[in-house]
Amino acid sequence: MLHTVNKSPFEKNSLSSCLAHAKEGSAILLIEDGVYGALKGSKMAAEVQDAMGKFTLYALGPDLKARGIADKIIDGVKVIDYAGFVDLACENDKVQSWL
Amino acid sequence: MKFTIQVSEGPYNHQASDTAYQFAKAALAKGHEIYRVFFYHDGVNNATRLTTPPQDDRNVVNRWSALAAEHNLDLVVCVAAAQRRGIADADEAKRNGKDADNIAPGFRISGLGQLIEGGIQSDRLVVFGD
Amino acid sequence: MGGDVKKFMYVNRKAPHGTVYALESLEVVLIGAAFEQDVSVVFIDDGVFEIVKGQVTTEVEMKNFSNTYKALEMYDVEKLYVSKDSLEERGLSEDDLIVDVEVKTAAEIAALMEEQDVILSF
Repeated sequence: MLHTVNKSPFEKNSLSSCLAHAKEGSAILLIEDGVYGALKGSKMAAEVQDAMGKFTLYALGPDLKARGIADKIIDGVKVIDYAGFVDLACENDKVQSWL
Repeated sequence: MKFTIQVSEGPYNHQASDTAYQFAKAALAKGHEIYRVFFYHDGVNNATRLTTPPQDDRNVVNRWSALAAEHNLDLVVCVAAAQRRGIADADEAKRNGKDADNIAPGFRISGLGQLIEGGIQSDRLVVFGD
Repeated sequence: MGGDVKKFMYVNRKAPHGTVYALESLEVVLIGAAFEQDVSVVFIDDGVFEIVKGQVTTEVEMKNFSNTYKALEMYDVEKLYVSKDSLEERGLSEDDLIVDVEVKTAAEIAALMEEQDVILSF
């Protein structure tokens, strides 16, 4: 299934809660302020990198660009656009939004 | 594929309505069907035609109305959430003794059952909120 | 409605009163019950505060909807799950809760979530 996270991990626990409650093999898409979770060198980076062994991590490119961090993200995080978001929502049988 | 989209936040305060709009537009561009967009919580504030954003900014409300007109979308505003927040169509305004309505074109007011029914009838339900 | 029964899960992660999400989420659960789907409600993170006993809202002059959770059973909404970790992190136990629930680990909640057809998140 697909999980979306739209909160900065520096403000809310949505990303951590998502990582704790997602089953191995899930797709996790960071959107809106959630994209800060993909930031390289942050205090969250180790947790996110660790999670990439279990999940496929995506970040919404338009949100990365809007926040000026498009070239500062953790290696291996897949950057997608809104069309890619729609594809992920189709490929996965359901969507849970970690608000 | 058939989608129902829930929008739980109002315009401008939170990005949820923007992301939902971009998602809906991208889905339609790919030939998917948007069965319904359901506006809940402060999301009902997306349905007032009285918003007047600055000229150099996007018009979130008009954008939904335009998308609805172009693709014959069903934009449903939760009646209970709308009553709390002062969003009314002509019927609602009359029923509740109000002197005006403010619903934007393309939106309709209905019950929460429309959200559940959207979940039942659609292949996917995607929530955009805060 | 037609078609088969779908598995609906309501995911509650917000505390009551501070924002309206908990109350309006409960309203969806109550309305949704009429559709006779296979419903489960899960309380994670601050959502566990929604069902804490002893809420008194007279002085804040807001609606006390905590007793309504007890009525869910009458609506045939009987699958209530609470995150073990979320309870423990907040110094709470099952005895602090206003309704009978099943306490679940994160892995168990993940498995339940995976079984669903539709997830409504608040």
